[in-house]
Amino acid sequence: MRVYLDHNATTPLHPEVLAAMTPYLGERFGNPSSLHAWGQEARQALERARATIARALGVGDKDTIVFTAGGTEADNHALLGVAAAQEKRGRHVIISAVEHHAVLNAAVHLARQGFEVTRLPVDGQGLLNPDEVRRAIRPDTILVSLMHGNNETGVLFPIAAVGRICREHGVIFHTDAVQSFGKLPLDVEALHVDLLSLSGHKLHGPKGIGALYIRRGTKMQPLIHGGTQERSRRAGTENVAGAVGLARATELMLQDQEGAAKRLADLRDRLELGLMAALPGVLRNGHSTERLPHTANLALLGVEAESVILALDLCGVGISSGAACSSGSLEPSHVLAAMGLSRERVEGSVRFSLGRGTTPEEIDHVVEVLPPIVERMRRVHAGPSAVVGART
Amino acid sequence: MNPRDAADGMIVVAMSGGVDSAVAAALLARQGVPVVGITLRIWPSLRPAAPEARFDSCCSPQAVEDARSVAQALSIPYYVLNYEAEFDREVIQYFTQAYLTGETPNPCVPCNSRLKFGSLYARARGWGATRVATGHYARVEYHPDTGRYRLRRAADARKDQSYFLYSLTQEQLAAALFPVGHLRKEETRRLARELGLAVADKPDSQEICFVPRDYRAYLRERVGAAIQPGTIRDTAGTACGQHQGIAFYTVGQRRGLGIASSQPLYVIDLDPTRNEVIVGEDRDLWTRELEVERVNLIAIERLSEPRRVLAKVRYAQAPAPAALIPLPGDRLRLCFEEPQRAVAPGQAAVFYDVSDPDLVVGGGTIRRGEQRTTANCGMANAECGIGIGEDAIRGGGGGVRRPPP
Repeated sequence: MRVYLDHNATTPLHPEVLAAMTPYLGERFGNPSSLHAWGQEARQALERARATIARALGVGDKDTIVFTAGGTEADNHALLGVAAAQEKRGRHVIISAVEHHAVLNAAVHLARQGFEVTRLPVDGQGLLNPDEVRRAIRPDTILVSLMHGNNETGVLFPIAAVGRICREHGVIFHTDAVQSFGKLPLDVEALHVDLLSLSGHKLHGPKGIGALYIRRGTKMQPLIHGGTQERSRRAGTENVAGAVGLARATELMLQDQEGAAKRLADLRDRLELGLMAALPGVLRNGHSTERLPHTANLALLGVEAESVILALDLCGVGISSGAACSSGSLEPSHVLAAMGLSRERVEGSVRFSLGRGTTPEEIDHVVEVLPPIVERMRRVHAGPSAVVGART
Repeated sequence: MNPRDAADGMIVVAMSGGVDSAVAAALLARQGVPVVGITLRIWPSLRPAAPEARFDSCCSPQAVEDARSVAQALSIPYYVLNYEAEFDREVIQYFTQAYLTGETPNPCVPCNSRLKFGSLYARARGWGATRVATGHYARVEYHPDTGRYRLRRAADARKDQSYFLYSLTQEQLAAALFPVGHLRKEETRRLARELGLAVADKPDSQEICFVPRDYRAYLRERVGAAIQPGTIRDTAGTACGQHQGIAFYTVGQRRGLGIASSQPLYVIDLDPTRNEVIVGEDRDLWTRELEVERVNLIAIERLSEPRRVLAKVRYAQAPAPAALIPLPGDRLRLCFEEPQRAVAPGQAAVFYDVSDPDLVVGGGTIRRGEQRTTANCGMANAECGIGIGEDAIRGGGGGVRRPPP
């Protein structure tokens, strides 16, 4: 039995998404900028896709959606585009310590250009207090960027509350919703966000397509210069098939969003409780309820995440690490570290992320195969082990 | 029965990206045992191959691509493990520390015993594996009479790497597999070509895998602040020059001393406490007796009495007749029949059996010696019946260092 539980890394393409995309990789190959019938056909598909994404975010105005090559580009566009357009107003940007690297390193890039970046802390459960945002905002603050659902822990940030605070202070607010879009209801009005990033391949759509919602009136510069595509906000011939795929994937996610969220949360709890019952020394990282339904981040004390991932892979189970890379790594997960977790706990942390196709049988399989692996590792590491090998 | 046959579980192959470990993996995979390929990533992840790549031989990003392509060709699972921190701790720090204290390190020795057959073996057991295989040219066997796992020189004497494996414990040897140890290098390459492995004609790796070309530049970059210039003295104790830091010198070195002399001068000793380089003539470089510490015995359980062996004190050297004299703790005295030139403290001394010269008796680290008389050695040799000639003893003068006979 092969079990894929790494859906926060990427998801399999839904067959219906592939079916929707195929014509645009074949006979409907037109360039949306062309005047002729081929071009018009492609243009129509692109704009339909744009409208679908806008509707999914509770927006009637489809021109607020700019297609990008993925979530990372959308994040970069948000941070660098706002910074470039607003730097005369101020050079202060607020993010959190647990952002995805797309935001974190875009902010590092801004800091190198002389912007000041404030990284807000999170508590031991990964939660962020909106008052921290209020306290951090200054007259020269031009942007607040906080992720919605954390990719490592699944913990949700209080986006609506933060959005209200930003609105009060007239500060542009961006949220990276790559992990939550399609899985939780998102309404940019209710959340008071000005910019929102999303990505196709996290919701059973294709890779290489994402989008940035840009509220009308938000002053920003383009990231990529060239033709006038995407209303001059993102140059380059549009990825029509990708956009169509992203839209179809979004529709499928919205069809049974609430039911799927409930089902995934049940499966996630079944996994967590099953492992905790079968093994001592298993701790959940992150808040128990304020989180995405499909992500479980567990610390398996006394073992190395990298080894667990490898051993599970040999059994046909795919998961990933809570840490960027472990085994005495120099770079433990910045998310878990920001939560103040001990080094041992961080190094033993693994992430299970479920998808629409995950079944109870798959969860039970993991609950069956993982405990003996962890027990064996704990035995090996506790025993008179070869780690102590011969001295030289 | 060889107890190793009892449990035939999964085998982890440490793949460097070279032809030897590729063929090792191929030979095991061909036997139908479950094989998993591993490359230890020892270079920094955030600094990928720069044009002047420090890691341009073994275990470089290119090496990972090569190892991965071999694993794919063999249809075996393959993983790259982050060993950056461990490699730094167990190998690089040992390497730099040795040079800072006037010793000449063998970084391959701790890499084998503490990483490949140390922590990798421990991890491998966690994954359910029972053995670790490498592409080393050496052989390991179970000897029923003594109940010990024994290490033997490779079938291809020119490629033999038993010198770098002497510090493996019994537990480690029991888990070790050297599938190319019985092959000649040409046979390994021929097999690689037959198997269609892309690395079949890849050049052999040279020197130390993590040091680009010049170990001195490497030391300057890594631990430059700890390297201080000092005095060069001759054997009479007279100051005769300035050195750049003892880390940049090795016993036997002739170049780079910058001292005018009628006779060629060589480094004969490095004194870390005084930060001094001692120079002398060729005849001052010859030693018959040395002390070996951190001894690991393989073919025998303990050394309770003197024993005749064949020993070598550097990798590229034919083993020479000598005697082992036990000392307290894990130390022993090694007495050669004929004086050896430029014995460098920090290097490994490895002992082979007199009547079975492929068999590794054990080995240890050469200790920086204080002045001793050859009388001890003569006695010791007499004790174990080596019978060094009167001439040799007389020719010894009063010191450790004496000219060749």
